[in-house]
Amino acid sequence: MIYLQNIGTYFLMIVEMFRKPTKWCAMRQLILKDMDDLIIGSLGIVAFISFFVGGVVTIQTALNLDNPFLPKSLIGFATRQSIILEFAPTFISIIMAGKVGSFITSSIGTMRVTEQIDALEVMGINSLNYLVFPKFIALTLYPFVISIAMFLGIYGGLIACVYGGFATLEEYITGIQSEFTPFHVTYAFIKTFVFAFILATIPSYHGFYMKGGALEVGKASTASFVWTSVVIILLNYILTQMLLS
Amino acid sequence: MIDVKNIHKSFSGVEVLKGISTTFEKGKTNLIIGQSGSGKTVFMKCLLGLFDYEEGTISYDGKIFSNLTEDEKRNLRAEIGMVFQGSALFDSMTIAENVMFPLKMFTKQSKSEMEDRVDFVLKRVNLIDAHNKMPSEASGGMQKRVAIARAIVNKPKYLFCDEPNSGLDPKTAIIIDNLIQEITDEYQIITVINSHDMNSVMEIGEKIVFLKDGLKAWEGSKDNIFKTDNKAVTDFVYSSELMKKVRQMYIEEKK
Repeated sequence: MIYLQNIGTYFLMIVEMFRKPTKWCAMRQLILKDMDDLIIGSLGIVAFISFFVGGVVTIQTALNLDNPFLPKSLIGFATRQSIILEFAPTFISIIMAGKVGSFITSSIGTMRVTEQIDALEVMGINSLNYLVFPKFIALTLYPFVISIAMFLGIYGGLIACVYGGFATLEEYITGIQSEFTPFHVTYAFIKTFVFAFILATIPSYHGFYMKGGALEVGKASTASFVWTSVVIILLNYILTQMLLS
Repeated sequence: MIDVKNIHKSFSGVEVLKGISTTFEKGKTNLIIGQSGSGKTVFMKCLLGLFDYEEGTISYDGKIFSNLTEDEKRNLRAEIGMVFQGSALFDSMTIAENVMFPLKMFTKQSKSEMEDRVDFVLKRVNLIDAHNKMPSEASGGMQKRVAIARAIVNKPKYLFCDEPNSGLDPKTAIIIDNLIQEITDEYQIITVINSHDMNSVMEIGEKIVFLKDGLKAWEGSKDNIFKTDNKAVTDFVYSSELMKKVRQMYIEEKK
């Protein structure tokens, strides 16, 4: 019953987020600040993880392709498919649920604990619009982060493949170009947009409706990471079933 | 005038406010006092519209709050200044940005006009050269003064303060109390203060509403409080030895 109540409150929060908009001059600053915190601030960790996981995917693929009848270009092909279809949109989103999600929950949760949200409400400001909407807009740039993750993942694979001696540069390039289906990129970006919405709203929900003190802010951050990850994994399955099967 | 009639409020079936009625007048510092758990904060949150109540009405200068449309409530809230117990300053903004915030949100003033107004109110609360500090760099007393500056910057008609001198040393607490009273007189606003600090009661309590177990147990002024025989009030107000001696001296002086 409590789960149903939480789900209902979550959807009401989303409706409320679009009502009574904050003045544009203030909103513009909030959006820019959130872009800096959520998008620009995540580029470093996303680049680092993508590059090295791309390399690992390539090495593992290469080590499992021990049949001499299989072309070496298959290494590049498998790396590209793994990264575009799954690693960049989903795996990076789970990491972002930890990094960006806990940041959103703890910052909004701290505002709740220190009565800053009450201060906004008393002033007649729609606090959900003021706090959550700019995060949602900032995260519409999330596909940009995923594009970088895709590029660096494939590039990391290239470096690992060529310098690890698993295949030549030409073989890897041939692999990443072979049997390319543009819809796979579309599918990846559709997932990315959905995950961006989840990343902005579920952590905000956990921060906004938390009760208690500093300890509860920590608990809310953990709960936010767990639920954001669960919802991302579930939606990943549903979207894959709908779009690819 | 804020007119409160028969306010009832419950949480999970437990009645916290049991039919409170009172009025808060213009140009007066009105204090709501009572023990912890007596319903002071809930009452103030009902006054501010942060809590819905089951029964009763609260009207601001004749406008019944619960009958107002969302836009009308928003406009009314723009006329309310609030000083929270923990100051509730936005920690991502400087002191000047915190004070400027209501102007940015509710007025169409130019940047220079807003800066002038911020300078004026910061000077009014005796904060000079603190504009670019972050709230975390300010002391408790300074934070309270910034909160007062933010509450009055948009020239409110109603000022609410939730335990404005909690956590402050006695000297700073008196400075904050006097500042609130001066501002109330100067701008002729309706000030409602939630407090259990007896110094505040004796210093600035032009009207005092005493709550006990969700009921209004007594109402009067700081002068009446010495004379009252209401046991609930005397038990609360004269619980410390110091206050008992103060009362004794007052009675002897009157004799």
